[in-house]
Amino acid sequence: MIQVILKRLLMLIPVLIGITLIGFMLLQVMPGDPASRAMGTRASPEELAAMRRLWGLDQPLWVQYLYFLRDCVTGSFGVSIFHKVPVIALVAERLPFTLGIVAYSTLIALVVALPFAILAALKRGTAVDGAIRQVFVALIAMPPFWLCYVLILWLALGQGWFPTGGVGQGVVQNIYRLFLPALVVGLSTAALIQQSLRAALIDTLKADYVDTARAKGLTGAQVFLRHVLPNSLISTISIIGVRVSWIIGGTVVVEKIFSVPGLGSLLIDAIVARDLPVIRGLTVFFAILVVIVNLITDICYALADPRVRLE
Amino acid sequence: MLVLKNLLRSRAGAVGVAMLALMLAGAALVPVLSPWDGYALDFGAAMQPPSLSHWFGTDNFGRDILTRVLTGALFDLRIAVICVFGPMAFGTLVGLVAGYFGGRVDAALMRLTDVVWAFPFYVLVLAIVGVLGPSEANLYIAFFVVNWIGYARIVRGETILIARLEYIEATRVLRFGTFRVLLRHILPNAVTPALVYAMSDVVLTVQAVAALSFFGLGVQPPAPEWGILIVESIDYMREAPWMTLFPGLAIVWIGIAFSLMGEGLSTALKPKG
Repeated sequence: MIQVILKRLLMLIPVLIGITLIGFMLLQVMPGDPASRAMGTRASPEELAAMRRLWGLDQPLWVQYLYFLRDCVTGSFGVSIFHKVPVIALVAERLPFTLGIVAYSTLIALVVALPFAILAALKRGTAVDGAIRQVFVALIAMPPFWLCYVLILWLALGQGWFPTGGVGQGVVQNIYRLFLPALVVGLSTAALIQQSLRAALIDTLKADYVDTARAKGLTGAQVFLRHVLPNSLISTISIIGVRVSWIIGGTVVVEKIFSVPGLGSLLIDAIVARDLPVIRGLTVFFAILVVIVNLITDICYALADPRVRLE
Repeated sequence: MLVLKNLLRSRAGAVGVAMLALMLAGAALVPVLSPWDGYALDFGAAMQPPSLSHWFGTDNFGRDILTRVLTGALFDLRIAVICVFGPMAFGTLVGLVAGYFGGRVDAALMRLTDVVWAFPFYVLVLAIVGVLGPSEANLYIAFFVVNWIGYARIVRGETILIARLEYIEATRVLRFGTFRVLLRHILPNAVTPALVYAMSDVVLTVQAVAALSFFGLGVQPPAPEWGILIVESIDYMREAPWMTLFPGLAIVWIGIAFSLMGEGLSTALKPKG
């Protein structure tokens, strides 16, 4: 097991270097001089020259990349022009909200997807199965930023059940206040989980050991709860792993609309303010976050499924 | 044409095509049939709820929302089609070459896709548009940079499988040129799963284009692009919810249409047996 983890960690090194390279290229493809773009027209030539020195723009390209790599390895991810603090300081304040929404929405997705996946798998090929599929197709077709406003209009302004946005103090308050944003992200994840879990359940129901369990005299419910469901859920772990980049990306839009002070709203604010070091540092940080969560789901998968460990 | 025929044979595909056709027909006919002008202001008719004369109601400037939503279809569908099928053409070519020749090009492509896929889609698209500056042209650039990779990866995998099949062996015996084998014999088969993927890609791209415009980073007002219609409605959401509702439903309509077409394609193109 430790060997598996070490091998995965070693494989991460080229990916992480590649991520910083893409982050570096992001500012290189920008038309014009980054310093004057960032400072605007009000900057004097001396200020621009100072800016270029500060960012190392007077150095050759590969030295500039090494500077950026140093910033990433030491953990600062560059310095914000607007806030005048290292990007990581901004990230540290906001990360808990983003991770909170990711975890919360995944939980909601499981709660929503599980019963419909089971129902669809047990009634496969029937009208019920078809109807469930169409509902989830419609769910995927809803643009998340629009769904946010529909929910605000209906459940926040209309019914008054939820606040229209913002966060509160402590976990309990935020479980209530972050419900709508987590629901929007969770519903699109639910559609993915429902589809894959339904397929996994149908496959598992055909497996030999399920026949064996029935032959032993277990009731239908016992077979389902003890054998079919746990084994099918394992595959869902890997689906969440593959889709984690999508889930994390989904928080960006939702955070901005519900005024959640997470990484997503930080990114959009940085884009509006043209805070280039934050855009770059944050983009790289997002990718690293995806890689880490991917690693964690891989490890969970290996723990849950002995066959993976033996490979 | 053959693809369309196959598509119409499945029920899901036929419904999807019909939904898309209806939307396109509406967009094409709206200048002729609609008594209203999608751009002209008429403050006397501001924020009227849906009625017989204004089916979807009017906005805060008194413009007919049905007219604007249908006119907007031309923006959103044009952009989505360019942002999906442009990268698909390029990615297919790269995947074909990488899968057939293997070696270093292939290894480099695989490493590149690993790295790019670590970036959340919305984050990368937003970052590219954010760095380049908000405009419709930069929106195309961002989608091209991000979207081709998926197609390259799918077509590469298919090409590797197909290149091992006997009929490709036969083309070697017949001494067909590499170019001819790739384009005439591998491409038509390798592109099928890419086409199915493209259908779900359109669903997500229409949403992303609208989302970027919504944040002021894509198409710019006063174009009746759906994301812009929604962002313009937010301040009036309480008094005139139809302003927010209908442009969003147009996106849902197109999303369902392409999902059904994808479903239809994958059943129609599945090998029989």
